[in-house]
Amino acid sequence: MDFNLSEEQRLLKESVDGLLSDVYGFDQRKKYLKEKGGWSRVVWRRFAEQGLLGLPFAEADSGFGGGGVETMIVMEAFGRALVVEPYLATVVIGGGFLRHGGSNVQKAAHLPGIIDGSKTFGFAQLEKNSRYDLNDVTTSAKKSGDGWVIDGEKFVVLNGENADTLIVTVRTKGAQRDSSGIAVLLVPTDAQGISKRSYLTQDGLHAADVSFTSVEVGSAAAIGEAENALPLIERVVDDARAALCAEAVGLMDESLKVTVDYMKTRKQFGVPIGSFQSLQHRAADMFVALEQARSMSMYATMAADIDNAAERAKAVAAAKVQIGRSGKFIGQQSIQLHGGIGMTMAAKVGHYFKRLTMIEHTFGDADYHLRRVSETGVFARFQGMSANSTSNSILEDEG
Amino acid sequence: MDLVFTEEEQAFRHQVRQFLRDNVSPQVQRKMIEGRHVSKEEMVTWWRILNKKGWNVGPWPKAYGGTGWSSVQHYIFREELQMYPAPTPLAFGVGMVGPVIYTFGNEAQKQYYLPRIANVDDWWCQGFSEPGAGSDLASLTTKAERRGDKWIINGQKTWTTLAQHADMIFCLCRTDSSAKKQMGISFIVFCLDSKGVTVRPIQTIDGGHEVNEVFFDDVEVPYENLIGEENKGWDYAKFLLGNERTGIARVGVSKERIRHIRELAANFESGGRPMIDDPMFREKLAISEIELKALELTQLRIVADEGKHGKGKSNPASSMLKIKGSQSQQTATELLMEMIGPFAAPYNEHPDSPDEGMDWTTQIAPSYFNNRKVSIYGGSDEIQRNIIAKAVLGL
Repeated sequence: MDFNLSEEQRLLKESVDGLLSDVYGFDQRKKYLKEKGGWSRVVWRRFAEQGLLGLPFAEADSGFGGGGVETMIVMEAFGRALVVEPYLATVVIGGGFLRHGGSNVQKAAHLPGIIDGSKTFGFAQLEKNSRYDLNDVTTSAKKSGDGWVIDGEKFVVLNGENADTLIVTVRTKGAQRDSSGIAVLLVPTDAQGISKRSYLTQDGLHAADVSFTSVEVGSAAAIGEAENALPLIERVVDDARAALCAEAVGLMDESLKVTVDYMKTRKQFGVPIGSFQSLQHRAADMFVALEQARSMSMYATMAADIDNAAERAKAVAAAKVQIGRSGKFIGQQSIQLHGGIGMTMAAKVGHYFKRLTMIEHTFGDADYHLRRVSETGVFARFQGMSANSTSNSILEDEG
Repeated sequence: MDLVFTEEEQAFRHQVRQFLRDNVSPQVQRKMIEGRHVSKEEMVTWWRILNKKGWNVGPWPKAYGGTGWSSVQHYIFREELQMYPAPTPLAFGVGMVGPVIYTFGNEAQKQYYLPRIANVDDWWCQGFSEPGAGSDLASLTTKAERRGDKWIINGQKTWTTLAQHADMIFCLCRTDSSAKKQMGISFIVFCLDSKGVTVRPIQTIDGGHEVNEVFFDDVEVPYENLIGEENKGWDYAKFLLGNERTGIARVGVSKERIRHIRELAANFESGGRPMIDDPMFREKLAISEIELKALELTQLRIVADEGKHGKGKSNPASSMLKIKGSQSQQTATELLMEMIGPFAAPYNEHPDSPDEGMDWTTQIAPSYFNNRKVSIYGGSDEIQRNIIAKAVLGL
């Protein structure tokens, strides 16, 4: 039972925090938002130089062999600084598909570009009617010679505006909601037949709606099994959810901190508003919500690394519920406690709120995951779990 | 970072569980599952079995009979007891007055009281709250006047839990009325059968008799029954309240209740299907399980931290455990109530007599009513929020 970071992890945290305090002040961030595509290539290069872009990849693939905890550290720091660069789409999701399902050839073709910062990825999963169900896929990939021809439409593609390569979930067989017959394809964004409508998202990121019209890709495009890639998608998306949970904890932590600072300095009726008990109790409730969320973020981080898909999914879903509820409460109340100034674009606090809101609606909201948890029955009698442990499972108790 | 119990810790868990299987009376276990009252005799019998094993005063220093376990082992032990379920050691003796005596008492007091607490030769109760001193405990007025080698005690305590069973009371008394209110309080212990002590039952909304009013009318107490120094009682009270910081959430109790709800919900029908298949009920149950999981992990974070850095002064984060722990306990009784629905209506006027022909389901509503207390006692939710705001957030 150990909730502390190892020496190496502590150093990683220090170096990420140090870098962000150098290059990611609130005003610096405003400049990055105005750059082409809405994020900073210079910062991205710095991430590459510090090894953050190679963090989760095996040493054999020129990565740093980090696990879930390392990603958690980075994402939490990114949350605190409101980082807009496409780390989730590129390293966690794009890299995750390659890590968990990619062939050696695919890894050799794509990982170096991710790790050195020269290439970014987008994730084309959401469809008009799929909402949060990963198995709900109509974009089709029909076999054509050695490769596939893709037709369909994807929405709110993460980093869709800027990505070099899209990871596209497609149906190769069966009906819209079948669990089998789903494939994951690597598609270059400049492929013939792709058209994009790019836009800014509410939280300052960039996405795109992408349509595929007879887009041809070769046989090497499929990551994992072309007819049974759903388990791979679920695994990577669970990684992404855990990463989002960590980012959300960073956002909540900072949002509360900024709010408490404000309560100590803002005066009304001749005294700091933090001296009023009704506001103190609100802040106390926000602290409790934050710590509950932090605990569940750690839980998701540990769980995302285990192989038992059902246990992993349940733990990550439970964490996403907690993060959703805590995030909404802290986000809304941070604005409320700031009063009018919290409503302005100039104040930081609203930006935490907006990003928290977008995270809540990414890869399943609290209600969606609550339903999943409720349908899967009782939690395994929790005996413990470990990131990178040899057992790689939540131990069931025989009791 | 890992959330793994070591092999030794897991072996320890099995050892505790096996001990419970071998030694807890099935009747006591059943009563606890069903929320019935466990009798004084049943509790004392069980605690003496625990004491014989050397486990009744586990968290105490080894010199006074403690087990020397790690924080994690204490956590496991408590959780196993709560989940079995079996009565946990008497808080007023083992968790409260015992640590005050071994920390602030003199040698004679340690020699005399500690073994008696361990073996429950004395049942202890707590004389803190008064009609005019609830959350504002320091405004208490029960007075102890020095007269020669005696204290003369006058006043009234209230909400005195299980005073009807008690042999001894530890009492906060005002010994200096001229001092600032926290400064003039002393910590005095005495026999409840002393002349001038009257214990009157308070019936709570569940119909039960758990708490009492205790009146003191010129009660004579030997001067040596003062623990520690005169007028330092407030410090000891703060020490006492902060001493039990991780047991406060009672996660095991809520886990056991949720297990019980799941078991029952598989058999209770609603809308032509078991309650457990009712999506709304199931989702409420799921959210309470998620909240409880988060609480369990938060508690483990504090336990693990305690193991690393030792038990220092009390952690204000334990206020968070109190708030969320109360909520979990209350939610579980609420869900049980909701599940049983109209069948909760019959009221058993004799809850201590299980064989009066009343179904045990009659305990469900009373348990729901009774559990409203947990967010009030031991520092109300609002007091806990004050503590977080001041001590954690610096407001």
